[in-house]
Amino acid sequence: MKRTFRASVAALALSSASAAFAADTVVVVTSFPNSMTGPIEAAFEAANPGIDLEILNKKTSAGVKYIQEISDANTADIFWASAPDAFEVLKGDGLLASVEINSDGIPEKIGAYPMNDPDGKYYGFAAAGYGIMWNERYLKAKKLEPAKNWAELKDAAYHGHVGMSAPSRSGTTHLTVETVLQGEGWDKGWAEWKWIGGNFSTVTERSFGVPDGVNTGNFGLGIVIDFFGFSSKASGFPVDFAYPEVTALVPANIAVVNNAPNETAAKTFVEYLLTPAGQEVLLDPAIMRLPINPATYANAPEGFPNPFEDGSIGAAVKFDVAKSGARYNLVNSMFDVMITYRLDDLRAAVGAVQAAEAKHASGDNAEAKALIAEARALIDANPIDEARSMDPEFAGIFTKKRKKASDTVGERQAEVEQRWDAMVVENYRKAKELADKAAAL
Amino acid sequence: MSNASPHNTGGPSLLDRLPASIFPRVTGLHASALIIAILLIGLLIIPVFQVIYVAFLDPNTGALTLQNFVDFFRTSLFRESFWNSFYVSAMSVVFATVIALPLAYITTRFNFAGSVVIQSLGFIPLIMPPFVGAVAMQLIFGRNGTLNLLIEEKFGVNIPFMEGLNGVILVQSIHYFPFILINLSTSLRNIDRSMEEAAQNLGSQGMRLFRRIVFPLAMPGYVAGAALVFIKVFDDLGTPLLLNVNNMLAPQAFLRISSIGISDPMGYVISFILVAFSIFSLWASFLVMRGKDYSTVQKGGGGLSRRDLRTGEKIAAYVVVAFILILVLSPHIGLTLLSFATIWSFAPLPDGFTLQNYVVMWENSKQFITNTVIYAGIAAVLDVIIGTAIAYIVIRTGIWGRKSLDYLATAALAVPGVVLGIGYLRVFHSIDIPFTDKPMASWWVIIALALMIRRLPYALRACTAALQQVSLALEEAAESLGATKGSTIRRIVIPLMSGGILAGFVTSFATAAVELSATIMLVSSESDAPLAYGIYLFMQTPSGRGAGAALGVVAVIIVGLGTFLSQLMIERDKKFKSTDQSH
Repeated sequence: MKRTFRASVAALALSSASAAFAADTVVVVTSFPNSMTGPIEAAFEAANPGIDLEILNKKTSAGVKYIQEISDANTADIFWASAPDAFEVLKGDGLLASVEINSDGIPEKIGAYPMNDPDGKYYGFAAAGYGIMWNERYLKAKKLEPAKNWAELKDAAYHGHVGMSAPSRSGTTHLTVETVLQGEGWDKGWAEWKWIGGNFSTVTERSFGVPDGVNTGNFGLGIVIDFFGFSSKASGFPVDFAYPEVTALVPANIAVVNNAPNETAAKTFVEYLLTPAGQEVLLDPAIMRLPINPATYANAPEGFPNPFEDGSIGAAVKFDVAKSGARYNLVNSMFDVMITYRLDDLRAAVGAVQAAEAKHASGDNAEAKALIAEARALIDANPIDEARSMDPEFAGIFTKKRKKASDTVGERQAEVEQRWDAMVVENYRKAKELADKAAAL
Repeated sequence: MSNASPHNTGGPSLLDRLPASIFPRVTGLHASALIIAILLIGLLIIPVFQVIYVAFLDPNTGALTLQNFVDFFRTSLFRESFWNSFYVSAMSVVFATVIALPLAYITTRFNFAGSVVIQSLGFIPLIMPPFVGAVAMQLIFGRNGTLNLLIEEKFGVNIPFMEGLNGVILVQSIHYFPFILINLSTSLRNIDRSMEEAAQNLGSQGMRLFRRIVFPLAMPGYVAGAALVFIKVFDDLGTPLLLNVNNMLAPQAFLRISSIGISDPMGYVISFILVAFSIFSLWASFLVMRGKDYSTVQKGGGGLSRRDLRTGEKIAAYVVVAFILILVLSPHIGLTLLSFATIWSFAPLPDGFTLQNYVVMWENSKQFITNTVIYAGIAAVLDVIIGTAIAYIVIRTGIWGRKSLDYLATAALAVPGVVLGIGYLRVFHSIDIPFTDKPMASWWVIIALALMIRRLPYALRACTAALQQVSLALEEAAESLGATKGSTIRRIVIPLMSGGILAGFVTSFATAAVELSATIMLVSSESDAPLAYGIYLFMQTPSGRGAGAALGVVAVIIVGLGTFLSQLMIERDKKFKSTDQSH
């Protein structure tokens, strides 16, 4: 017993050592699941027998931390994930290499979003859009219709039936939030999110928590990235997915890490992903990402959305990457303070307003109408305006990236958040009080 | 007590003739204490410090400051989180006691068929693999889980088992009550029968006997278990996160540390407060136990006498046990169903059953299973060795600073896995594996060491409780008969502690086998990954849910078998002791 144990320890040590020293191993740090990396790895290794892909799966935030921590003796070749902002963070730290990638046949833009990093640090390899996913059985049991637009999610009928992840937890969710803020305008956009938030069943900790919740029927509708919807449906769950009008198509990206141990082979992999053969693999039923090579759509299954022909997907919003980047952490923090951490308060306030409005649907009680309007204004109120969000000094409080040791930032994040929190909690409480009063009339 | 060896019996040895100032007399115990201290500092303190020193820096200027702590207490969200964490921990201890006490009492006090099975099954909840446990609990107790769908159909109401703080308390009590069960049972078994007989001779019986004699004598085990539950729940991250409860301390720390690109110092401040509060709770549990002597001299009796139950009592006992077991095993029942399910969505039961999930799982996970057994095995063996040593040094010696070893080791309980993971990457990335030029951080041994540090507190509490019940008189007797310190420990102390050591081993092994938060940071190649990581990979995709559940079931079976075998060993050991000296 003891001997077998020791032997297996030795064998394990040897096997991991030998794998690590093989000449052409490309270490890929990725947030993509096995079901996606597996088929791509198989196809790539068949096409390039000399190169061995070593897939290292970490969730996006852990992957970013991992690359940062190992940078002084880097062992990773490639970073491969959805959220462009994760790449922005690595790029900002100077951890991504500039490599010349041959990308014949790939357009410059997907929707309104640039396909590749303008500085050539990372490249898009697939596209994704955000939308609403729903569980058919759940909606049938609760006698609901699927919502096809963000605005419909504010409807009182959906109270307690919606799920979403927080933008601070998931880079893809951040893009959804920012898209609405840019599409609807700062104040209107935030009001939109708060009224949708008031209908939330939960704010999940992982982005996968949303499709999972819809799949199990824990909540009825979820705000998700398209491939979660497609692949859940392909796995047989009674779910469906639709793109709303205000959405953005954004590329999922890949980058070669600075000082990669095997840069040439890493480059081969990136280029392979962009070839027609590599793009074809994305149509695998378990992957279901939108290829970025328009030619690949010729082989797509029937009903598969084609963003290069169907102008309605992702065309409505011109997504401003610079704007999004400048206030990235600030938007995350605001969402958490106003919605994630105060979900119970928000839900109570929104629920009370919905109840009051249902009671006075005719609108002929002027006093109730005034109270409801006041309550609505309290929920809509934003702690800061758009100009403030774009003030680099103010947004800097949330990044704490001092360029020089002498740089100082006026306030601390904890102070600002406490101020917002106090305001939001008080507003929600007052709004509920007013709405209750209106309902009692 | 003194550690001087009896040198006066022979001539002065070489060591004695050397000047003491240059060669201080170091006994084996001193050396062990020193080695353990170095280990703890190197593997816990330095890595953690590498991460949380940010809590003491002014985010704007980089100067040392306590301002962040002032901010913490000024922020209403954090004060509320602190109170919520405290409330949930205290209530979880209460509910865990309600679950554990009847199981422990019935199985140790009465001749009850299936005691071994109950003791093993009662341990299983501790092995709730990440993610699958979450999904399974939601499927059974969730808003639209089996139970609520049935209740809603019959009565038209929906009971929020899994909502808010109450949900956290429910899940935590079910998850962590084994800490109390296992420690309390061991304590109950170690109670000297003569104490009970003396009380009975004086006319005490029934509840009074239990309240005044049996339970107080089992206090070391109960307090050890309750303290573990309290601290563990206070620091636990997984359950609040899976229930999406954010207004507690640990999730607040995690959310702030692990967001992309955010370097908010508050996350580290909260981590620091978690560690400090855990040490404080531990110290408080020591205060409760201080000045009380729980050791018993006679070890031949094999614990409390067991009596037969009357028929009515037996039925009542079976009903209670069955109810508790169904409750605490429901996550695993859900897990098993899920592993055989085709599609399970908004329905009391899956649409259909299949073996396909196990086929998929088996094709992809053999390596994960082997790795887990090796890592968790190494971690648990080291844990009981170090745990026994620390327990002995703390309780039996006067070595300077001995208590701090205990506090240090227990502090590991409060260190969030992410923090330890990042700390290990920082410290070990710049050190190469001996004889190679690969950084140590990407060596699989580091994962085993991280698991060892994270699970050491479990083993330590079990070993400490076991040693508290061994009377000093037995050791003094051995020493007065000429046994050296070393052979006393080897031949008297450790055999008497064996039940507790085994309990510690099982707890450490089982929980190490399913830990994820630190390992996910440290895994540097898939061939080195443990099982929990494999489950994580599966559970990332809608199609992998069943296969992930199947791998979870395998984890539970592996650990469950190990537990069952060690329970058998404890029972056999006990029988052997009691038949040997029956009178």
